[in-house]
Amino acid sequence: MSTILVIEQILNGVQLGVMLFLMAAGLTLIFGVMGLINLAHGSLYMVGAFAAAAVAGATGSFLAGLVAALAAASLAGALIEVTVIRRLYAADHLDQVLATFALILVFSEGVRWVFGSFPLYLDIPDALSGPVTLPGGIDYPLYRLVLIGIGLAVGLGLWWLIERTRLGIRIRAGENDREMIAALGVDISKLYTLIFALGAALAGLAGALVGAIQSVQVGMGEPVLILAFVVIVIGGIGSIRGAFVGAILVGLTETLGGVFLPAVFGLFTDAATATSIGAALASMAIYVLMGAVLVWRPTGLFGGRA
Amino acid sequence: MISERWLSLGVLVALGGVALAAMALDTPYTITLATRAAILALAAAGLNIALGLGGLVSFGHALFFGLGGYAMGILAFHAQTYTPLDLGLFQITGTKSMPVIWLAAVTLSALVAIPVGILALRTTGVYFIMITLAFAQMFYYFTLSWSAYGGEDGLSIYVRNGFPGLNTFDPIQFFGLCFTLLCAVLWLSARLKRSPFGLALGAARQSPARAKAVGLSPMRLRLVAFVLSGAIAGLAGALYADLNRFVSPAMFGWHLSGELIVLVILGGVARIIGPVVGAGVFVMLEHFLGQITDFWQIWLGLILLFVVLFARGGIVGLLSPKGGRHG
Repeated sequence: MSTILVIEQILNGVQLGVMLFLMAAGLTLIFGVMGLINLAHGSLYMVGAFAAAAVAGATGSFLAGLVAALAAASLAGALIEVTVIRRLYAADHLDQVLATFALILVFSEGVRWVFGSFPLYLDIPDALSGPVTLPGGIDYPLYRLVLIGIGLAVGLGLWWLIERTRLGIRIRAGENDREMIAALGVDISKLYTLIFALGAALAGLAGALVGAIQSVQVGMGEPVLILAFVVIVIGGIGSIRGAFVGAILVGLTETLGGVFLPAVFGLFTDAATATSIGAALASMAIYVLMGAVLVWRPTGLFGGRA
Repeated sequence: MISERWLSLGVLVALGGVALAAMALDTPYTITLATRAAILALAAAGLNIALGLGGLVSFGHALFFGLGGYAMGILAFHAQTYTPLDLGLFQITGTKSMPVIWLAAVTLSALVAIPVGILALRTTGVYFIMITLAFAQMFYYFTLSWSAYGGEDGLSIYVRNGFPGLNTFDPIQFFGLCFTLLCAVLWLSARLKRSPFGLALGAARQSPARAKAVGLSPMRLRLVAFVLSGAIAGLAGALYADLNRFVSPAMFGWHLSGELIVLVILGGVARIIGPVVGAGVFVMLEHFLGQITDFWQIWLGLILLFVVLFARGGIVGLLSPKGGRHG
């Protein structure tokens, strides 16, 4: 096992982690402020990816695709918030799960209706394709490094937005006491729509960025959604900091487990058995991690309330 | 308005009637649809014990459904290939006998439900929803990469398993088996709802603190409900696998967990007959809308949204409002 391989895999894990963070940040923000569990978040990820692929395919510009992804996802987010989601804030979690599950069905089939079942492809822009050589002589794809950079930048931006701006003060106030800030004259329903659209935009951005290294297809949001849930459960639902730590943990566990568990089993058994047992266990690793965290702290690492 | 007891009887008679009429008209496909509805209703009736009576929103009941399916798949696979199943300490031979397979499915699901329940019930609310989902996903990914039993491709069983004294290849006889099991489970749920255990479980759902104060143990009540609920879902999984003669990781998939909740809600939470109504409507929608459009799930989604937002007691709640829904 060479050092280069280890460093590459750590970078891959961090890259997966920051993309999961983009998803998880929106989910956890929406839960923290509105108390809503949104299964349709993965659909917004898919909407972003499809918008990016369609617009980038038509104009040839990746940047235009990214802008389209942000616009389409935040619009779709605002639309479902106004029509469906806002009726669910007072409902119990069961109703929220069901209604947003219904939204997944509508989104997935709707996108299949418009774009068909075949995957679309979104190309990495030329300027960002190809490897770069990192110190130590490691060749690593530039685009993945850019993803890590964007993810960290968005994380910083979110921190600034929530801790340092007027909107952030309102968001934090909404988390603590929604009646009080409504009484102080803040239009709470507009604030909720805005937060929901913000979360949707982050999901759409993640969809577009990841869409360039995977294929863009119906249902692409669901595995990511479930990973993002694992992330926010580990981090503590409602905590952005928890989402970041959880995302990196999950990203690293998922990536490193897939590479190193088969190798670890290779020390005990023959290669074929080791590969199959190792792969099976690696796919379960993040759920084991989540179970362990919940046994240790039932409300997650940074979570305060259930 | 109809009383719930008559409504329940009417629904069961209608389901049995559809199958019998289909036999008389010689349309075996309709019998298969009725069988599918009965099996889904059985799984949803299992979930209803946790969700309806216990208030436990399990988003991972596909875990037990899948375990039941794989219990059947693995036993029948070893029987059809004449290879023993190696459990390390001892070997057992496969079997094609339904009662043995059912017993294995129920036992396996219950045995897995105990540790899963102990861990998951430490949490409440959203965390419970998520952790049950995660456990089901864990098994989903495990079977996906477990190549000994087909991995991603699933496992085909060429001949339906047998039941002593019956010809299970005959659609109506297989329907009869599933229908009988469904009725037995519904009767059990109705008894359970009125039993001291059911009342204590209801108390723990409505107010855990008060339940504790009068000396009940909410954790233990919930665990029993969860295990029972999982065992029934496992039985349904074994039947479902036998209906399709096929098991695949999709049986563990979160879509299925979601659909099971949908069946319960569509019918009406905590209503004994709710799962049957939900499953019947679901299978009919799937069949009739599926004929009109390939994108029938859009309409399913819209109907579901309508039920959640406007018809909060489900279909049974619309027809027989007494008894009411609880949160």
